[in-house]
Order: sequence, then structure tokens, then C-alpha cells
Amino acid sequence: MELNNSKIKIKAKNLNVYYGAKQALFDINLDINQKEVTALIGPSGCGKSTFIRCINRMNDVIDICKVEGSIQLDGSEINEKKVDVVTLREKVGMVFQKPNPFPKSIYDNIAYGPTIHGVAENKDQMDEIVETSLKKAALWDEVKDRLNEPGTSLSGGQQQRLCIARALSVSPEVILMDEPCSALDPIATAKIEELIDDLKKSYTIVIVTHSMAQAVRVSQKTGFFHLGKIIEVDSTEKIFKNPDNKMTQDYITGRFG
Amino acid sequence: MTKEERLKKRYRAEKRFQMYGLISVSCALIFVLILVQNIFSKGSSAFSRTMIEVQVNFDSNLLELDGPVTQTSLKDAEFYDLAVESLLKIYPSKDTKEERQVLRLFSPDYEYEIKDYLVKNPNKINQIVPVKITASDDIDQLNKGNFPRDLPEDRRRVSNYQLNIYDNLVEEGKIDKKFNNYFFSKGDSRDPELAGIGGSLMGSFFTIIICLALSFPIAIMASIYLEEFAPKNKITEFIEININNLAAVPSIVYGLLGLGILLSVMEFPRSTPLVAGITLSLMTLPRIIIPCRASLKAVPPSIREAALSVGASKFQTVFHHVVPLAMPGTLSGTIIGLAQALGETAPLILIGMVAFVVDIPSTPVDPSASLPVQVYLWSEQAERGFVEKTSATIMMLLGFLIVMNFIAVYLRQKFEKKWN
Ligand SMILES: Nc1ncnc2c1ncn2[C@@H]1O[C@H](COP(=O)(O)OP(=O)(O)O)[C@@H](O)[C@H]1O
Ligand SMILES: [Mg+2]
Repeated sequence: MELNNSKIKIKAKNLNVYYGAKQALFDINLDINQKEVTALIGPSGCGKSTFIRCINRMNDVIDICKVEGSIQLDGSEINEKKVDVVTLREKVGMVFQKPNPFPKSIYDNIAYGPTIHGVAENKDQMDEIVETSLKKAALWDEVKDRLNEPGTSLSGGQQQRLCIARALSVSPEVILMDEPCSALDPIATAKIEELIDDLKKSYTIVIVTHSMAQAVRVSQKTGFFHLGKIIEVDSTEKIFKNPDNKMTQDYITGRFG
Repeated sequence: MTKEERLKKRYRAEKRFQMYGLISVSCALIFVLILVQNIFSKGSSAFSRTMIEVQVNFDSNLLELDGPVTQTSLKDAEFYDLAVESLLKIYPSKDTKEERQVLRLFSPDYEYEIKDYLVKNPNKINQIVPVKITASDDIDQLNKGNFPRDLPEDRRRVSNYQLNIYDNLVEEGKIDKKFNNYFFSKGDSRDPELAGIGGSLMGSFFTIIICLALSFPIAIMASIYLEEFAPKNKITEFIEININNLAAVPSIVYGLLGLGILLSVMEFPRSTPLVAGITLSLMTLPRIIIPCRASLKAVPPSIREAALSVGASKFQTVFHHVVPLAMPGTLSGTIIGLAQALGETAPLILIGMVAFVVDIPSTPVDPSASLPVQVYLWSEQAERGFVEKTSATIMMLLGFLIVMNFIAVYLRQKFEKKWN
């Protein structure tokens, strides 16, 4: 894996995050390569979610949260007040731990993003966006006959793929996934993993996962977080076969976590 | 204590607790039943009214109708003489005192009832037709069995002479009961048989509409702003505490506010649904804001995150997703707030809604009563006719409240289903 040859999509520099007085992330430096899956692992509460929520400025919603430092997307700074978060989130989509479809029809779930961004000019174009998004999320065949049923009527795994399709509907460049499989059964998980593998051809993906096996299966690069610090970042192969750091070694072999 | 004894003791404690629960529930139910039974037994007779059949001779000469008979000429005609003549014929007498007693068997509106009949059936002119005239309250109560016949004559309001006529009329089958449409269509009156809740119904209706129109939009906007947009700081915290305090302020204080500001300073018309609606909306506002904010809070954060993550602005997230999802809870809170306002009496008394109003208000700036105030007004009257009308009005009020609460519960249950 030639990390150096890949183009860097996202670059975090000296990132510090505070929840009120409590510091959650300490001097994070991390590069995320284009069209590749980067996995973030680490014990609960180490700041993985906090980190990826910085990439689409989702932490803005939390009043007490303060983000200091720099995050660049394609070389331009995103952690500044003047950056428009709506445009940013169009480029950086997100899939959450618990599937959270809108309590609306399957069709409307996908159509919502394109509607507010005024992407489709007419109903036909919208139909097409809905269809391609669902196809990319490998859900089309299962739902094409019931697009008007509520999204919440689908199974957990289908709901999560619906959420992925929803994220894809606004043609993002980056997809953030925060433990997307932790609420799913193994078969649904396998489907999502397959999907991620497919999506990385066109999208840059950052995935938080609790499962070492999943990190190994889907990612090319892995970062290990511990107590708000990045302990080690390297190619997934290196991290899981031959980590430099003793703590990483202990974590991946299940000695703590 | 052995293990077995402890077990027995625990079971006994549980049994005892269940017993207490059952006893208190039964007590509550019994009180409700007594209340309802009391109201129904007193009030149900108000929905019927006693009528006396009279042969009326619609003699056009007596009406001094020369020229063609038209609606307008009939409406302008003087019916008094014709009416009195027809009524007296049910028990002819030469004595004016006795004649006066005969007339007092009927409600004082007989003249207009006879006129209305002819206006509705103009082809009956110059014919002798049986017409049913509303009986006076005393005869009405006599017919409903509420009149103490066995009292000595000087202590009851119906003389022996009148009783005798009444008994004759009953024998001849001239006494009849019919559905009391006056109760719904007429305004207040000094004569119980002619008094209705038409005026107070309209008054309550206007009041609630004004209250809704003022408090609902303001409460919704205030809740959305406070819950979704306001910065969480000392000022909003202060506002929040005070909203909760306002919701607990006794309603009469709002009445004083309405009296002091709306009537004295701004000189709005007294006794009107306009003032009542504004006053009650002040009272209702915090009572709507609280459930409204609670239902906004109940929308799971995951929905907000979902919307934000596809690039919805804060404003779009709130108005496309959060507010629609909170709507059922908000509406049910609003309905309950309005139901409380509907039953509110004290503040209305302070702003002069206790006036005796005969005319049915046609706009919110006409003087008017409202349902609960009507209950209050009638409950002070001694006549048996008002007693039954008081209970009947309570029945109507309770009916409205039950319907409103039912809608509120229905909306809330629908809301809860969504998340489970
Ligand atoms: N909204 C919040 N308010 C306060 N503290 C938070 C909030 N979210 C997370 N934290 C704290 O930040 C730290 C990192 O949390 P998180 O990023 O969720 O960890 P992870 O996703 O790795 O489990 C934790 O100690 C957590 O308690
Ligand atoms: Mg997390």
C-alpha cells in the first residue's frame, strides 16, 4: 500500500475539541486519502465520533462544543466561521450509528436532499436521482415496488442502506460513517461492508468501527484513538499485522477496549 | 422471622397496596357518577318544553290587514288583540282577574309565537287553526312533575283556578311536550321557559376563536424559537422559568389584567368576546407553550442530525422535520389549553361578561355571556326552570370539554405510535 502516492482528501492539523471545560480531542493530526476507506478504531469514549463530526461540522449543533485547529478539505480550510456548512455537508455526507430514516416514504427520504439543494429540475430527474441513489446503495431491487411505503417500515439493515442512499443522493465526495453496522445483524452487516467496498471507487469514506474484523475487511488505512489522542495511524495491514505502538497491539489483540 | 413469614408479609403488603388503590379509584368513580347523575337528573328536563294547544282564529279584520297578505304586511301587523282573544277562549270568563290568570298560563311571548306561525303559513289566513303555544314556566314545571301541588294555595305560584284549567287541558289532550329548541336558539331571558344558551354559545365560540387565533401562533413561534433557536443562556433560562410561573398564575389575575389594561386603559368594549378572548389568550399562552416545547423536545435528535447531514439548514431542519413531527403533541396541548379557557369563569366575571344579555351576539364586539358564566348567572336564580337550565348548560359545557379532550388524547396517541 503506497500511502504516499495517494492524494490527500482531508487533512486534520492540531485539532483540539472541547465539550465545555472537558477536552475530548488532543492535537489530532490525520490525513485521509481520496477514494479509500479509512477506519477509526479505539475504545468507547475515545473521541472517534467527535472527530468525524468535525469533518462535516456536525459539532456546531452542540452549544458547548468548541473545535480548535485546522481541517482542510481538498486544501481549503473548513473549520472557519465563514465556511457555509450547508455547502460543506453537501460534499460531506454522513451515516449514523442508528439508522435514522425520516418518518416519510422511501422516495421522500431520498428526494429530500436533492429537493432542498434544487438539484432536480423536474419529476423525471428526481425519479432518476432516487433510482440511482438506491441502486448505488444496493437497495433498489428490494424497494422499487414500494417506494411510497414509509422508510421506517424497512428492516434495520435496509434502513441503514436507505440512509446511505440518502447520503448519496446529494452526490457527496466524502461519506462519514459512525459505526454504521453496530445496530445490525451479521447478514445485514456483510451487505453494508460489500457496499462500502463498492462505494470506495467513487467516494472517500471514513468509517468508525468497533469491530477489528470489519476494519481489516473494508479499510485501507486505520487510525487508532485512545483517550482523545491518535496513538497510531498507518495502513490497515501494518496496524493489524505489525503495529509500532504497544497500546495498539494490546487493543487489536483484545487486551483492552 | 423465617423466610416463609417474610414471603407472606410481602404478599400481604402487596395485597394491601392493591386494595388502597382500588378503594381510591372507586371513590373517584363514585364521585364522578354522583356528579353526572345529579346533573343529568336535574338537567335532562330542560331539553323539552311544555306546549298548550290553542285554537287561533287568524281573522284578517282583527289584524287590520287591508290589502294583499304578504310577508312584510304580516310582519308589521299587530297580533296582540288576536292572540289574547284566542288564548282566553281556552277557558272563557267575564272576570278580568280570571282572564289575567288564564293568560299567565302562557309564556309572555305568545303574541310573537302566533305571529311566527302565520308568517310561516300565510295560507292559514282567515282560518281557525290549532297552534301550540309555549306554556309559562310554572305550567312547564307542573307538567314535568316538579311543581308542589299539595302546598296551600297562598304559598304556591299557581292558583287553584289555574290548576283547574290545567287539569281540564290535560284531559282534553291539549298539553304536549316537545323538543326545546329555544334552549339552543334563544339568548338569556327573565322567563326561564324562554331562556336559552344561544347567546352564551356564540359568546363562547367567539371567545375561543379569538383565544385560539391569538395564542396558537404566538405560542408556536415562541416555543420554536425558545426550543430550537434561542441561545441557551441566563436570559432564556429566566424566560423559561417565568413561562412556567405564568402557567401557574390563578386565572383571576388575568381577569384583573384584562380589566386594568384592556378595559380601563385601552377602552375596549365591555362584556365582549373580544376582551374575553384576549384575556383568556394571555392565560392560555404559557399553558400552550409548555406542552408545545415538550413535544418539540420529544422529537429525537437523530431526525435533526439526519436532516442536517444532507445539508438542510437549521431553519429547514426545524420547519421541514421537527415542527411537523411535533404537531400532534402541539395540537393536543393547544386543545387542552383551549378546553381550560372554555371552562374559565373568574376572569370573565371581572371583565364584565356577567351582564344580562338577551341578544345573541353576531360579532365578537357585541356584549355577550359565555357558557360557564351563564351557568354562574342561572345558578343564582330561584326558579325551578333555571335550575334545570343550569344543569343542562353544564351538560353542554362538559360535552364540549369531553369532545376536546378526546381529540387531544387521540392526537397524542397517534403521535406516540410513531416512535414505538
Ligand atoms: N454532546 C456531548 N457533550 C459533552 N460531552 C460529550 C458529548 N459528546 C461526547 N462527549 C464526550 O467526549 C468524549 C468522546 O466521545 P465520543 O466522540 O462520542 O467517543 P466515541 O465515539 O469514540 O465513543 C467522551 O468522553 C464523551 O463523554
Ligand atoms: Mg461514537
